[in-house]
Amino acid sequence: MTQNPEIEPGIPAPLNSAEVTDRAALDQGTYPQLRTARSEARLELDGTWHQISPRYVVSQNVQNLIFIAVVLAVAAVLALVLHQTWAWIPAGVVVLITLITMVILPRQARAIGYMLREDDIVFRKGILWQRMIAVPYGRMQLVDITQGPLDRAFGISQLKMVTAAATTGVQIPGLTQTAAEALRDTLIEVAETRRTGL
Amino acid sequence: MSEHQPPAPTGERPSAATARETLADGEWHRMHPLTPLFKGGLALIIIAGIAIANLRDRLIAWFVDLFTPEEAQYDYSGGDPVDWVLQNNLIVIVLLSVLGLVVVLVLIFWFVWRFQQFRITGDHVEVRKGIVFRSHRRAPLDRVQGVNLTRPFPARIIGLAKLEVVGAGTDSNVELEYLATPRAEAVRTDILRLASGARAARLTAADAAAGVRSSDAAGSGTVAPGSARAQLVGSMNAGVNDLISGVDLADVEPESVVKIPTGRLVGSQLISSVLWLIFFGIIFGIAVGGVAIGSLIDGDPIGGFLGLGITLGIAIPMIIAIVGITWAQISKSLRYSIAPTPDGVRITYGLLTTVTETLPPGRIFAVEVTQSLLWRPFGWWTIRINRMSGKSAAQQSSGSAQQFSVVLPVGKRADVERVLALILPDAPVADIPLVWEHGILGPVEGDPYRTMPRRAWWRRPVSWKRHGFALTEFGLLLRRGIVWRKLAIFPLARLQGVSLSQGPIDRAQRVSGAQVHSVQGLITGYLSGLERDDALYLLDRVSSAAVAAAARDHTHRWGEYVTDAEGAQVPGYPVAGADAAAGVSGAPLPPPAPPVVQPAPPVAPPAPPVAPPAPPVVPPAPPVAPPAPPVVPVAPPVPPAPPAAPAPNGE
Repeated sequence: MTQNPEIEPGIPAPLNSAEVTDRAALDQGTYPQLRTARSEARLELDGTWHQISPRYVVSQNVQNLIFIAVVLAVAAVLALVLHQTWAWIPAGVVVLITLITMVILPRQARAIGYMLREDDIVFRKGILWQRMIAVPYGRMQLVDITQGPLDRAFGISQLKMVTAAATTGVQIPGLTQTAAEALRDTLIEVAETRRTGL
Repeated sequence: MSEHQPPAPTGERPSAATARETLADGEWHRMHPLTPLFKGGLALIIIAGIAIANLRDRLIAWFVDLFTPEEAQYDYSGGDPVDWVLQNNLIVIVLLSVLGLVVVLVLIFWFVWRFQQFRITGDHVEVRKGIVFRSHRRAPLDRVQGVNLTRPFPARIIGLAKLEVVGAGTDSNVELEYLATPRAEAVRTDILRLASGARAARLTAADAAAGVRSSDAAGSGTVAPGSARAQLVGSMNAGVNDLISGVDLADVEPESVVKIPTGRLVGSQLISSVLWLIFFGIIFGIAVGGVAIGSLIDGDPIGGFLGLGITLGIAIPMIIAIVGITWAQISKSLRYSIAPTPDGVRITYGLLTTVTETLPPGRIFAVEVTQSLLWRPFGWWTIRINRMSGKSAAQQSSGSAQQFSVVLPVGKRADVERVLALILPDAPVADIPLVWEHGILGPVEGDPYRTMPRRAWWRRPVSWKRHGFALTEFGLLLRRGIVWRKLAIFPLARLQGVSLSQGPIDRAQRVSGAQVHSVQGLITGYLSGLERDDALYLLDRVSSAAVAAAARDHTHRWGEYVTDAEGAQVPGYPVAGADAAAGVSGAPLPPPAPPVVQPAPPVAPPAPPVAPPAPPVVPPAPPVAPPAPPVVPVAPPVPPAPPAAPAPNGE
């Protein structure tokens, strides 16, 4: 479960060196340690988890703050100008929920990870409600990088993988720009060599 | 109606003499001239319906006057447009304008027809249509998921058919509508032949088959040369003949066809409709009971006729609904047949609207055998599949799309076995007991299924002993349900991924949920409350097994390997099947051993079975051009990796 910027000698170089274009880029400026449930019964895999950038939390929280500000502004206009005092109640609920997500977010972000294995990519998230998904490289139909305006300011982006099954949508948020590009190139190269029908 | 305009280079219709000539010549061809009538026909019917509805009273008056004596004439003056026309002597103008409308419609139809063309080249099938908003759709042939030949009832009478080339994706079908049935069949053959990747070798065989068919066609006078009228008459005759004689199955091996006796089909649907009857019966009981209680409380007992009226008023629509539902089900499944062809499984069904689907090998993502409680005394089963339907999301949820996923509407065990052998031809022999004795018929002592542990029983209080999975080299089998028995088979070569989920309660019980991902369809792959180690074993093994299975699987270009088989050895499944039969059948499968021990063993034992198929893949690679080279790099990394992984790195 440790983070290791070098290609470990123990890992049997699952992807050929030609396939891994820039593997060190995946681990630059990310969280050092994955956070999981303490229970022994948790889901656990052997191998190196790559993690996401802490800037993801900052970016998301800035977005959340902007959202809170907008909600409060609307509520204030309704209450003070139009004398609709009930507006504070829904606004309060929304703000409370947003604040709770803001508090949880750093924990959640530390639990997000992905592992490049020999035949598949495994994505995991969640501490209390843990989820892991393995998608074989050959099944990947499309790799998509998206970046919002705030994400761009913080230099992070989201990578999305699409397969023939609608339910396998894997979205890795908060990758640094270089990591996202390196990962995309790696995935596409590996998918090329392992392409099957569908 | 013949070609003397630029956009159509060579639109020659096949005459009896040239029926052998393929339509897959890379030129643009036209649809049948009556196509717009059927496509725009709905609008015409609606307009006619509105007109008739508005003039209903007048029509009734005319009709009544025809049959009544002079003195009892029905005096009608409704003040509708007809009166106004008659009063103002505008009959000629009105008739002229109606004529003009018809001419305009015919012109529009003609233009629509002129601009609708299709082309089949070596690698693609293309359709272009539209006048103002042009659309041009091109689909790669090696991604064809199936070809459906649909003959809706009205089009069937005059011998037209719609050909639907199913693509891999949402709203990705290419529809050729409508073609004369023999043409549509020829086009289907061409598309499947090209999609199979078999070129010269299969072409000669197909020519021979086409020769047989063309003599058939000539005999029944199906394709008439020359004028559109002759063609229309010919196709009309063929349509009527066809309607009487049933679906043509001349080009398939008759002995392998599974046919369902009509009695069984009707019986199974009637039994299913018992459920509907109970459902409506409850509603009926509540309604009638409510009325009766209400009248009793009021102290005003309802008269006999009133009570009868209320009862019938509720009961009759319900009975009509039940009959309607049951009839729809039966008429859809009547005349069902399934047969192997060189290009895949061909399934035909439908009494009025006939659908013939051709499913090439390797286009089935999941198969499920189910049996409801009411069917159990009769030993009936139904088989459904998950496949790419190429339809948009809205169409996918409709009833007709669900029909496409039923492969066997009802069948006994022997039928089920035959159909499974047809649709999963590459399943190894060793897996068969897993499907029947261990799988469908429920838990057997010592079967390799990994089921829900006793402590998690409350998640599936009745079926927890059955609820589990088995992983073989070929596929992942999910066994679920005891009242509604289900066995799902997910071929590994087309598995899209596996996910695990574990909430706090799961973790306290040391279990985990698992979901197998496949394309959208009726079969879901969810298992709850698996032993945590079993779930991790699934996640660990499925991907590598899937890669190995995909390396062995060449069904996406099935023809290339079939032709190879004639000369040399087929690289794929025969080897795997022999291997499975010889090596694995003795000790059923690796699964039972590893669960207790941690990561190292589960990786090691399955490795040998993976390795043997790899070498045979390499020799035939040079002659075969497209898919083989990618296979080669995949195979070598497999054997070295697993042994190396756990030893130095075990954390």
